[in-house]
Amino acid sequence: MRVVHYLNQFFGGVGGEEFASTGISSQEGAIGPGRLLQKLLGEESEVVTTVICGDNYAAENLDEITEYVVNAVKAAKADLFVAGPCFEAGRYGVAAGAVCAAVSAQLNIPVVTGMAEENPGVDLFRQEIYIIDSGANVGAMSEVLGSMAVILNKLNNDEEMGSPEEEGYIPQGIVRDAILEENAATRILNMIIAKTKGEDYKSELTQTAFEPVPAPPAVKDLTNATIAVVTDGGLVPKGNPDNMPPIAAEIWGSYDIASLDDLEEGDYEVQHRGYDNRHVLNDPDRLVPVDILRELEKAGKIGKVYKEFLSTSGLANPIANSRRLGQEMAKKLKDAGVDAVILTST
Amino acid sequence: MVGSNRVVQGKGIVYPLGDAEISKEDEKELRRSIVQDALDALTTEVEDQQ
Repeated sequence: MRVVHYLNQFFGGVGGEEFASTGISSQEGAIGPGRLLQKLLGEESEVVTTVICGDNYAAENLDEITEYVVNAVKAAKADLFVAGPCFEAGRYGVAAGAVCAAVSAQLNIPVVTGMAEENPGVDLFRQEIYIIDSGANVGAMSEVLGSMAVILNKLNNDEEMGSPEEEGYIPQGIVRDAILEENAATRILNMIIAKTKGEDYKSELTQTAFEPVPAPPAVKDLTNATIAVVTDGGLVPKGNPDNMPPIAAEIWGSYDIASLDDLEEGDYEVQHRGYDNRHVLNDPDRLVPVDILRELEKAGKIGKVYKEFLSTSGLANPIANSRRLGQEMAKKLKDAGVDAVILTST
Repeated sequence: MVGSNRVVQGKGIVYPLGDAEISKEDEKELRRSIVQDALDALTTEVEDQQ
């Protein structure tokens, strides 16, 4: 099997953080962790090409490096593609996930990478590719590479993939049918008995994990601050000019309130199927409190009300999508010099 | 609350800022007070995130 391996500048032997802006290049043969990977994959496998790129360069030129890697894998006539493992290195993880996902989608060959669960690359790519849970400790390199080699060989031989726990990869959010000895009533009773006794038990529902978001610093002086309102309650002007969908919205809108002292009944509609919106329609200030904010602005208690409110429909929206909407909104408001946001939710 | 520490309690699920059951004047007073709570939260440093 011909293997192409992607590494960052550190594991590729170029150097540490001071070399993070190094551009992308390839070399023949295995380098660093690739040597061990080659051994673990077995005698028939050979790392023919190693692609190395600095973490900063990769983060700033993700499209370019993705295209470069796909072409390198094609040119090497590779059967398998590996990136990392990246442990907790965030830029490395995002790049490794992106190149793995692109190689898998465009060339349809087995790919694998490894990262710590906290790596931002996990959330972005775990549904598309196998990511071995590497933990944070780089000392576990050989063990992690071993699990990656098992996954690759299984994919390559079309063997059935075990569960995330069995194989050591990060859950992809796939639900599989299984036949169990005990029915649900028995299982749940066993769980509650174990819980009561303080014994270990395992829930059958996986909870969504949210990455912690640090609280931004407090606003120092409201009388000089520009305040914006953002809502996920789906408020849009009558006629829904942006065609906001009422569920799983992939867009957000911004709507002019610069000359308004009050949001009037009849001027707005609600695109959100998750709540009874009559009370908001009767008085949209119940969701976007322009009346009070304008009053505070006129009284000099706050500097300025931002000229638009931003809105989306926060219903049944996948986290990745919601995160993107939030980031786009935050960028717009930051660029416009907004100091703080009141987010209203239904 | 998913790492979000400046959370102010509103009226309820179907609308946070008001109360359709009370007079317009009282409702506006209630809205004023919730918006003020939000502004107070914005000017308060968050040290220990829950």
